[in-house]
Amino acid sequence: MTELRQRVAHEPDAPPEDKESESEAKVDGETASDSESRTESAPLPVSADDTPEVLNRALSNLSSRWKNWWVRGILTMAMIAFFFIIIYLGPMVLMIIVMCVQIKCFHEIITIGYNVYHSYDLPWFRTLSWYFLLCVNYFFYGETVTDYFFTLVQREEPLRILSKYHRFISFTLYLIGFCMFVLSLVKKHYRLQFYMFGWTHVTLLIVVTQSHLVIHNLFEGMIWFIVPISCVICNDIMAYMFGFFFGRTPLIKLSPKKTWEGFIGGFFATVVFGLLLSYVMSGYRCFVCPVEYNNDTNSFTVDCEPSDLFRLQEYNIPGVIQSVIGWKTVRMYPFQIHSIALSTFASLIGPFGGFFASGFKRAFKIKDFANTIPGHGGIMDRFDCQYLMATFVNVYIASFIRGPNPSKLIQQFLTLRPDQQLHIFNTLQSHLIDKGMLTSATEDE
Amino acid sequence: ETDIDDRYGDLDSRIDSDIPEIPPSSDRTPEILKKALSGLSSRWKNWWIRGILTLTMISLFFLIIYMGSFMLMLLVLGIQVKCFHEIITIGYRVYHSYDLPWFRTLSWYFLLCVNYFFYGETVADYFATFVQREEQLQFLIRYHRFISFALYLAGFCMFVLSLVKKHCRLQFYMFAWTHVTLLIIVTQSHLVIQSLFEGMIWFLLPISSVICNDITAYLFGFFFGRTPLIKLSPKKTWEGFIGGFFSTVVFGFIAAYVLSKYQYFVCPVEYRSDVNSFVTECEPSELFQLQNYSLPPFLKAVLRQERVSLYPFQIHSIALSTFASLIGPFGGFFASGFKRAFKIKDFANTIPGHGGIMDRFDCQYLMATFVHVYIASFIRGPNPSKVLQQLLVLQPEHQLNIYKTLKIHLIEKGILQPALKV
Repeated sequence: MTELRQRVAHEPDAPPEDKESESEAKVDGETASDSESRTESAPLPVSADDTPEVLNRALSNLSSRWKNWWVRGILTMAMIAFFFIIIYLGPMVLMIIVMCVQIKCFHEIITIGYNVYHSYDLPWFRTLSWYFLLCVNYFFYGETVTDYFFTLVQREEPLRILSKYHRFISFTLYLIGFCMFVLSLVKKHYRLQFYMFGWTHVTLLIVVTQSHLVIHNLFEGMIWFIVPISCVICNDIMAYMFGFFFGRTPLIKLSPKKTWEGFIGGFFATVVFGLLLSYVMSGYRCFVCPVEYNNDTNSFTVDCEPSDLFRLQEYNIPGVIQSVIGWKTVRMYPFQIHSIALSTFASLIGPFGGFFASGFKRAFKIKDFANTIPGHGGIMDRFDCQYLMATFVNVYIASFIRGPNPSKLIQQFLTLRPDQQLHIFNTLQSHLIDKGMLTSATEDE
Repeated sequence: ETDIDDRYGDLDSRIDSDIPEIPPSSDRTPEILKKALSGLSSRWKNWWIRGILTLTMISLFFLIIYMGSFMLMLLVLGIQVKCFHEIITIGYRVYHSYDLPWFRTLSWYFLLCVNYFFYGETVADYFATFVQREEQLQFLIRYHRFISFALYLAGFCMFVLSLVKKHCRLQFYMFAWTHVTLLIIVTQSHLVIQSLFEGMIWFLLPISSVICNDITAYLFGFFFGRTPLIKLSPKKTWEGFIGGFFSTVVFGFIAAYVLSKYQYFVCPVEYRSDVNSFVTECEPSELFQLQNYSLPPFLKAVLRQERVSLYPFQIHSIALSTFASLIGPFGGFFASGFKRAFKIKDFANTIPGHGGIMDRFDCQYLMATFVHVYIASFIRGPNPSKVLQQLLVLQPEHQLNIYKTLKIHLIEKGILQPALKV
């Protein structure tokens, strides 16, 4: 707030383009608040404080700093407990929660756009933004459903048609929105409308693609969903704690509260946490198996033979650590090695997502994205570090863990034309013969 | 301290009329043309320049088609880079952000990353056999997504580290501007290349339909235009729109008939490792084989023929031309709105008389996506080479299992004859 007051006070020193500086002063006031109250220089209005009354009363005696700390702490515990409950309830509920978080994040960012551009009264624009969100979600969900629910889709006639022409239908829906946008362009507000169009699309790109990658990871096995998110949360909390107790050297001008001590301490703590968590979770089938849709029971099942990644193996400890710990070998899940990579990414690159969000908040002079969670700000505030994690996990799985899924390949094969099938079969045959897996003698069996 | 953001922040909230016009770059009409046409009045001079440049562009197009698919790919890449450059330059002029640290480098770097990602995904499919041979390429293909993501991340982190307090808002605007431009231009150009690989006719016909619609709508508007179409583009008229629609459908129909005869246009582009070049040789699919259709009664009366011989592709060409004439112009209106919003007359001054490359390609914007979606939904099933590529990446034991399963399936369906035991 003080930043803005200083700016307004400095107006008389503005460059000598008189007309500009005058309108600047007017617009400053407008940028800072709703168009009605021009004289105020308050920052963008944050929605009313949502702290529940009961908390307010319970903590009314403490000083403001401790009160804030307690509110944050209690809400953190509440969110973590909520997270555990959702995990317990299963993949379907998780998918729904991811979708709700996505919608809320989208809503928060779009609202900021409206506040920045005072575009509440732009014709059609709110409708169009939500419509585009719907289209893009329809497209992504359709692709996901087609992939993972293949047999279900083939069974039901309407679903099969929707799936076959899926891209065409999604494109048509998007086109309708696009044409509505072009038809709604109003002479005086062209630039604003284009800005909001661009803003909507970038938000969709960021928020919706990430959430669908999260859902893809979820389908690989719930452990691929839980461990990355927990690592980011742990890094957040640990970096905060280390910074609180040991913090001295500032990390980056963008976020003055972050410190190098917090960063490095958080890194080590997160790696250790990741190792322990993966050890615990790799033992349970319900976390480790890919989520599949069972046709017979018409529900999600997580039942399978755990892959090599989740079976205990003996590893030889390198010499340097042997002397420290005194053990020759250690039994670990291979997944724990991967968890080191995931935790490292969460601690080193995850914070860049946070810096990005901090820069964004500074650029648009807002303190928090919204005031949904008392003490923490909006949902986006909590999820800004997750931003890149979802993509990283998905890319990691695609590159290092899973090859193509054999049963999916067979399904794709069966949808090809007969001559294409024959061609692929012959190519595979010659390939296998080349590799010596198949000899012409065994061919006749 | 005056926050630079404020000076440009108010650009956002002010209504358009307050914002000054952005000066266009200098006129690039070549000297010879100017001298040859110096006698004519200014209106005819403009008309002549446009006409000559149109013919030049069309001949260039034919020349490149003759030179083959690889040159076409390069042409598409060149156009993409130029369009990107034009839009980014507009962004710089709007926001006066020439002196933003790092930003030019970062924009081009992001362009490079996204192109690398897309080329890896699409082109690798088609070069499967070539790729299998080279070891280093195998490595790049297997970890392709990871490498692309790492490259993108490097750019993202550089952006975050380059955020300067005074210019935060500007930097975010340019970041968003770059990403939206990439989304529009790079994805479209890669869809164009994918359609090209389906067969050059899927590349030529849509682009020609859009160009034809442009030209015929202009001519119909010029001679018969009376009722304005949309406030956004006052020069467009309903007569031009409808006249252009019918001419484009007829043109598409005829062009499809002519092109469907040649294997060169109709066959999917394949890379042959032995010849180390692109070949387009195949057995034309049913789409490109003449078939007899019985005419509906009212056409029978008009044409006095019972049946007519058509390529099925011509029916599809009607759908493509319809899209080009009805929805393509919306891409043009979008670009017009964009130019009005940022008070520029043309995207750039690359082509004398016509403006920039983006000006020529604004209507193509949606066409590329439509063609791709149309092919995916109505024409081709899943891509067989992709399935093959994935098969070859599996572990040998898995391959063997799949092989056995497939064999049983094919024998059941009668596609494969069981081998006789000797």
